[in-house]
Amino acid sequence: MTEMIHATGLVKRYGDVTALVGLDLSVPEGTVLGLLGPNGAGKTTAVRILTTLLTPDEGRATIAGVDVAQDPDGVRRRIGLSGQYAAVDEYLTGYENLEIVGRLYGMSAKQAGARARELLARFGLADAADRPSKTYSGGMRRRLDLAGALVAEPPVIVLDEPTTGLDPRSRQQMWEVISDLVDSGATVLLTTQYLEEADLLADNIIVIDHGRAIAEGTADQLKAQVGGERIEVVVADPQRSVEVAAILKEVAVGDVAGGDRAFSAAVGASGAEDLRRVLGAITAAGIEVLDIGLRRPTLDDVFLSLTGRETDDSTEEASA
Amino acid sequence: MTDLRIPERRNPVLRALTDGWIVAKRNLIKIKRVPEIMVFVLISPIMFVLLFAYVFGGAIDVGPGLDYKEFLIGGIFAQTVVFGATFSGAAMAEDMQKGFIDRFRSLPMARSAVLIGRTGSDVVYNVLSLIIMGLTGLLVGWRAHHGIPKMLGAFALLLAFAYAISWIMAWIGLIVPSVDVINNASFIVIMPLTFVSNAFVPLESFPGFLRPFVEWNPVSAVTQAVRELFGNLPDGHRAPDVWSMQHPVVYTLGWVVLIMVIFVPLSVQAYQRASTK
Ligand SMILES: Nc1ncnc2c1ncn2[C@@H]1O[C@H](COP(=O)(O)OP(=O)(O)OP(=O)(O)O)[C@@H](O)[C@H]1O
Ligand SMILES: [Mg+2]
Repeated sequence: MTEMIHATGLVKRYGDVTALVGLDLSVPEGTVLGLLGPNGAGKTTAVRILTTLLTPDEGRATIAGVDVAQDPDGVRRRIGLSGQYAAVDEYLTGYENLEIVGRLYGMSAKQAGARARELLARFGLADAADRPSKTYSGGMRRRLDLAGALVAEPPVIVLDEPTTGLDPRSRQQMWEVISDLVDSGATVLLTTQYLEEADLLADNIIVIDHGRAIAEGTADQLKAQVGGERIEVVVADPQRSVEVAAILKEVAVGDVAGGDRAFSAAVGASGAEDLRRVLGAITAAGIEVLDIGLRRPTLDDVFLSLTGRETDDSTEEASA
Repeated sequence: MTDLRIPERRNPVLRALTDGWIVAKRNLIKIKRVPEIMVFVLISPIMFVLLFAYVFGGAIDVGPGLDYKEFLIGGIFAQTVVFGATFSGAAMAEDMQKGFIDRFRSLPMARSAVLIGRTGSDVVYNVLSLIIMGLTGLLVGWRAHHGIPKMLGAFALLLAFAYAISWIMAWIGLIVPSVDVINNASFIVIMPLTFVSNAFVPLESFPGFLRPFVEWNPVSAVTQAVRELFGNLPDGHRAPDVWSMQHPVVYTLGWVVLIMVIFVPLSVQAYQRASTK
């Protein structure tokens, strides 16, 4: 398979701050790479280097085999960028915004106009097409911005936090749009702070923090790094804790965590069978169970175990 | 499906001009939709002419044989187009802030196109302002006495001078972090340039220590040139005895060339390096 995005040893310094400390990445054709990291991790810096907006201090990058430093114009013809902040001209209509982008790619007025209409229809903006985009909602603007990245149907699409600030419904719509893109063969680099988003959309994930990659793999591989599934039990009576721990010990891989009323134990590949056995034994012993379940690790767990701190959105989600 | 094959574009000059025109059109659409621009371009020039003609017209004595309204129009024209040029700065800074420059820079368009488009649309704004001011001027009694060709020559000189200033402003807009800063910055530069000139009062009325500045101030030269071309100075009027005032057209064009030679490359370079953060 061809590497559509390839970068080695990217370094970028801003005075004392080193935004990137030797980042490598590669994205095979037709796949999605999720660049996952908290605020200030270096996501935007990486995006700006790959899209010719910024020159790295060290390292090399190619897009579809074209070197970013040697033939920036060639790179620009092959990429579509939707930056972190929607670059939508609020005084222009949705149609005008897209038509201008088409013209600047070198399309004729007729081509650019037809393409603009086509994209507006595809992104559910046909009704609003001839209204100044000032009147659009945040989600509509974001979609219009993404449409701008797709005008010339580039083989490589770079999206910097495409769903930050969107409500759950708009985010859902955005995910559908991105999935469609990938289905049609595009190669996508997507940055996000949402683990759920990387899990859902990305074939491969690179977790970055302080400008360096701290983990890489599929969502499942990353979860496996943190450990497999766990059985979690909460019982009503703390006096039975010794018995509960003993039952869990039967199936546990390693130690049983917790005590008192809440317990947690890592289990092997046959998690569901283990769960059934634990529940059977606890019920047979006449212990009242408040909650029991098999929990798969989320990318939040991955992040926490890799960086020693929570992702920035996890607190929000918890309180939402 | 639209056929998305894009024709190869070889000629870089043609490409810069085509892309520049596309960007300029975007800026021009705004004159209809952004009330501030409309007021700035169309309404404030009328106000200026009326204000100076009727409020200060009687109060300022510009010397024997001089009609203040006639004297003033050249100055107001010069001041208005120079202020008009500051649009480039504010608009550039705004485009930076809002991330448009990033979007433009990620497109395979000519590197100079955004600047050509920006400064070009300023020319159009200025043409509109000049037409409005000219008509208002005619209403309050101003005339161009030396015929249409010289009048057009005066307008062309005003536009050329403003165009050069646009490039300075565009450069400032690219290197300054925000729209507010650029508005203040251009105010600090433009105010002394236009007010410490012969635009509103005759050069002779300045105190001695300011005199050299006023005499060599390019705004004074444009104003002097325009007055001469319009025939708004009385018969037998002698221009001040300094080279810049004796040859105001050549002196002004010299400034235009000098500014362009310095600021076109500087601006294009700043654009290429521009970064939003
Ligand atoms: N122009 C700049 N000048 C100085 N420092 C910068 C500049 N751009 C980025 N940085 C610094 O580089 C680091 C990485 O920034 P970057 O914007 O790439 O992070 P990010 O992962 O995109 O963060 P966010 O999620 O907040 O968008 C940060 O510490 C940031 O402060
Ligand atoms: Mg960012």
